[in-house]
Amino acid sequence: MSTPEKGQVMTANRLRDGEVVFLTRAGIWSEKIDDAVLALEPQAAAALEERAQQDVKATAVTGTYLFDAERIDGKIRALHFRERIRTLGPTVRTDLGKQSQGTAGAFAAVEE
Amino acid sequence: MYRYDEFDRQFVLERTAQFRDQAERRLSGELTEEEFRPLRLMNGLYLQLHAYMLRVAIPYGTLSSKQMHQLAYIADKWDRGYGHFTTRQNIQYNWIKLEDTADILQALADVEMHAIQTSGNCIRNVTTDHWAGAAADEIADPRPVGELLRQWSSLHPEFSFLPRKFKIAITGAPNDRAAVKVHDIGLRLHRNAKGQAGWEVMVGGGQGRTPMIAVTVREHLPENELVPYLEAIMRVYNLYGRRDNKYKARIKILVHEIGAEKFRSEVEAEYARHPHQTTEVEERELARIAKYFAPPRFEKLSRFVPQFEEAKLKDKDFGRWVKNNTAAHHVDGYTIVNISLKATGEIPGDATGEQMRVMADLAEHYSFDELRVSHAQNIVLPHVKLSDVHAVWLKLKAHNLAEANYGLVGDIIACPGMDYCSLATARSIPISQAISRKFADARKQEEIGAIKINISGCINACGHHHVGHIGILGLDKKGEEFFQITLGGSSSENASIGTILGPGFAGHEVPDAIEKIVDTYIKLRSPGEEFLSTYRRIGPQPFKEALYAAA
Repeated sequence: MSTPEKGQVMTANRLRDGEVVFLTRAGIWSEKIDDAVLALEPQAAAALEERAQQDVKATAVTGTYLFDAERIDGKIRALHFRERIRTLGPTVRTDLGKQSQGTAGAFAAVEE
Repeated sequence: MYRYDEFDRQFVLERTAQFRDQAERRLSGELTEEEFRPLRLMNGLYLQLHAYMLRVAIPYGTLSSKQMHQLAYIADKWDRGYGHFTTRQNIQYNWIKLEDTADILQALADVEMHAIQTSGNCIRNVTTDHWAGAAADEIADPRPVGELLRQWSSLHPEFSFLPRKFKIAITGAPNDRAAVKVHDIGLRLHRNAKGQAGWEVMVGGGQGRTPMIAVTVREHLPENELVPYLEAIMRVYNLYGRRDNKYKARIKILVHEIGAEKFRSEVEAEYARHPHQTTEVEERELARIAKYFAPPRFEKLSRFVPQFEEAKLKDKDFGRWVKNNTAAHHVDGYTIVNISLKATGEIPGDATGEQMRVMADLAEHYSFDELRVSHAQNIVLPHVKLSDVHAVWLKLKAHNLAEANYGLVGDIIACPGMDYCSLATARSIPISQAISRKFADARKQEEIGAIKINISGCINACGHHHVGHIGILGLDKKGEEFFQITLGGSSSENASIGTILGPGFAGHEVPDAIEKIVDTYIKLRSPGEEFLSTYRRIGPQPFKEALYAAA
């Protein structure tokens, strides 16, 4: 396993349907955290903030914020379990949410 | 049941049309997020962890079969085939799309329902005893007053921007099943020495980060004075309630900061300012409303129904369910059926569209078309003939709705927690599931007896942990879930706030900890003594020793 790169990911909910989305390098919003761009520097994070605010205005997304994450072997892992739950869906209904739609993140919400 | 009059109907339809326009304007960019957010919240639409959540008001927890069918239809058509019944006697849908919301509100309006005032700093859905109009111990059905208060508080311009949200609960029975002492205002119907019925008015109870038991401001208020008197309370709150700090803005803080005496004198002074206020309008309206809550046409039946008694003996499972899940009705030959939404390992309060339809059909055939949602997240069929109970049970059993654990250790209250809620600090549902599995043995549950375990996934206490006999609060400790256990809470007429037992536990340790608490109780109880009584008699020490001594 390579040393994890630490940074921040921009997330939001899509305005029209509420789906959890992540901002990609190309500046579009993806349902999969592994498509997200990991901002390694404060400047990069600020650029994501700016882009997110534009998309709030442009009625694409709502509820934007940055969260701490790391990249491990090419996969992005949110540091807090709250964000990991958002990349999967409810832990008590694994038949619902991203985990049921092929858009799940690669890391479990919590280690049992 | 209450039926909308022309004003109710028009008002809800206008509101739905208004929201449709607002949502369209947000989606087109005409409204900014800052402009739109308060508008969607006023219509019960929240943004949660995975999607939007729509909270639908179920006034005083009462539903008709038709309304329950519509809730099932909404679950299947616009959500993921289920809904979550809440501790405020409402229902929440977890996977709502903004672009569908106006259609959903229209579907609700079609059956005289809405999502107005299920959010925001206004007077929220009035809650009451889920056995109202049926319970054997009741003085009078509290729902006409509930409806009067609903009409009075709906879009009341003076009380739409309070310092903070405001919750009213009412009970018409001496055994409080509506938790009135932990609400902003609690109303309790009782008789004075002369035998006259009147309302005890309690103010300043609540849970959340500062749990408090309400204080009585009037012992015995005549019913016709309820609205003007509550108006006086709201005015004092509106004037003096803090708006500088959200955490100190609830009326409980005001009442306890200035003291009960001072608060009472402020309310009485405000009330006296309108000394000759006529209450004719309220009286006429209450009389009109009360007609809608006229008791159903009960048949004259025998208290003893041989085939019912026989069925209980013949089928032990049925007998056990009757013992635990039915309650005394005030009419001979009828009973109250409590449907547990807490099957072992399931999610408290969740029901599928199919289950909702089954319960709606049962209500239509066997319970005068009526259902209730309880604040403990169960469903009630309030008026079932004893001779029909077995048929009802068979149908419930076929749909995983016949768990015989009502009021027992498996009947756990749990908020959605971190699995759904954006305010949560920890998950609560998996904890409730693990405890329910731990105590899956029905015999063991009966041996333990009446006990309330309440779980909240954050300090806001939607899971009522402060008033659980055993309360569990999920917190975030450096990015890990951990759980605090409190003992001795109660939401009954002898309400109390639980006290923290000691250091918290990791999630996987909680079921064992609960078992140790329960075992300690069983060891130390007097014959026939319920958990809460034992705790109040012996205090926390033996439980502390059982939990922490070995560690």
